[in-house]
Amino acid sequence: MSAAAPGTSKAAHGDVAPKKKKGPGALATAYLVIYNVVMTAGWLVIAVGLVRAYLARGSYHGLYYSIEKPLKFFQTGAILEILHCAVGIVPSSVVLTGFQVMSRVFLTWAVTHSVREVQSEDSVLLFVTAWTVTEIIRYSFYTFSLLNHLPYLIKWARYTFFIVLYPMGVTGELLTIYAALPYVQKTGLYSVTLPNKYNFSFDYYTFLILIMFSYIPLFPQLYFHMIRQRKKVLGHAEDYSKVE
Amino acid sequence: MCFPQVEVLDAKTREQLCFLDKVCYHRTDPHWYPARQALKLDPRGKSLRDDEILQNLPVGTTATMYFRDLGPQLGWTMVFLAEYIGPLLTYLLFYFRVPYIYSHRYAFTSSPHPVVTLACACHTSHYIKRLVETIFVHRFSHGTMPLRTIVRNCVYYWGFSAWLAYYINHPLYTPPSYGELQVNYALAIFVICELGNFSIHLTLNNLRGEGESRRFPVPTKNPFTWLFFFVSCPNYTYEVGAWVSFSIMTQCLPVAFYTLLGFIQMTIWAKGKHKAYNREFKDYPSLRMAIIPLIL
Repeated sequence: MSAAAPGTSKAAHGDVAPKKKKGPGALATAYLVIYNVVMTAGWLVIAVGLVRAYLARGSYHGLYYSIEKPLKFFQTGAILEILHCAVGIVPSSVVLTGFQVMSRVFLTWAVTHSVREVQSEDSVLLFVTAWTVTEIIRYSFYTFSLLNHLPYLIKWARYTFFIVLYPMGVTGELLTIYAALPYVQKTGLYSVTLPNKYNFSFDYYTFLILIMFSYIPLFPQLYFHMIRQRKKVLGHAEDYSKVE
Repeated sequence: MCFPQVEVLDAKTREQLCFLDKVCYHRTDPHWYPARQALKLDPRGKSLRDDEILQNLPVGTTATMYFRDLGPQLGWTMVFLAEYIGPLLTYLLFYFRVPYIYSHRYAFTSSPHPVVTLACACHTSHYIKRLVETIFVHRFSHGTMPLRTIVRNCVYYWGFSAWLAYYINHPLYTPPSYGELQVNYALAIFVICELGNFSIHLTLNNLRGEGESRRFPVPTKNPFTWLFFFVSCPNYTYEVGAWVSFSIMTQCLPVAFYTLLGFIQMTIWAKGKHKAYNREFKDYPSLRMAIIPLIL
């Protein structure tokens, strides 16, 4: 959500005039454009799928099933972004990107897919909608940035919509994990008990509770980081317009 | 004769904190002891070393330095004592099955398996050895470490030792699949690695004692130091070896996981040291790898 767009210039240390960073080569840029276009298209498919299913059924319930496959495919595909950072064609931190992608993948597979009973919960629709809108904006932002033709509207949307979408997504995620808890406890899903040959135990129920608690320190940090980014990115435009 | 004047500014607010004249100086806040101060020539640059001489720095007759508060610091000795006392004591709490850890019918009981007592002895002597080395052997270069890093390190050491100890001393602990054979072989390797690690620390310590010329460590008459033929940081090699053998001895997955994390961290350190040696010494032996002979 807060990964920097490739080709963003950073002031070189100690220099007076900001130099543009070298950025990815022509082949890498072409690949990244294709990647981001495909991802934008994929999330648009999910968005359209949600709308069509809503119109067909006439209610918000159970819309997850209509977009389950594309959601899994495109959200899992985002793992490639970790590779992009590792290889260096995208100037973001591998750790930060890895963390963000894996948390999405975790929710998609280890919670929603694994605990069938939560799939009909409304909280799932809440985070899926938040993710869908966010990703459509984010991937089109990257696409346009790579092509050096970024419409201000897209930039504005990327740094403004998160204000509502981020808390919305987090709420949906937390409610979904919470809904999964009783089923995990009852079935002992993904849990290992003692005694066993390797003297190891894992309680998925406790693990999910710890995950929920981890949102408390993490969410504000990421949220306020985006707010600061917004001031920096959108703030400049306001300054220029004042000067003119 | 021209005496340089030095002004020290706060790196963030740029207000003048201190002005050094050749006669007298005014200090603003005495609670910033020297170890906490970072002085730089450029506000975003690297800090100056403690042993830098003003005349050798690229400044004119008026030097402007930027001050940065590094936060509360603790001397290295205290840091290591804090980091190692924790695992030593927490493991023992689990070994003696202090109440509220396991179900209360197991409180203060002991395990029927001899390997559990052996593991406790190994773990305890490992950390006693580390404490002894910290107090009597190691001589530390930089004075201090920031408080935040110490807290983080302590959480890591204390947390993991509690996690390991929980499983090894658990009433439902399962002893190794190959029984006494597995335990005894692992124990032998463990002892060898501990002795090896200690020998390397002594060797590195003696290296510091010598005069001005810097030398890289070389194998001595002690057979444990012959690992220097193959690696730059045999102390890390032995450390990994000790933990691998401890994992095998206890056949405990959490121990193996802890070993893996330690291995990754030590490999990063070893590679850094190896690179530094190669840069500093032109005659550095090319056979040597960083941490694993012939491989890594």
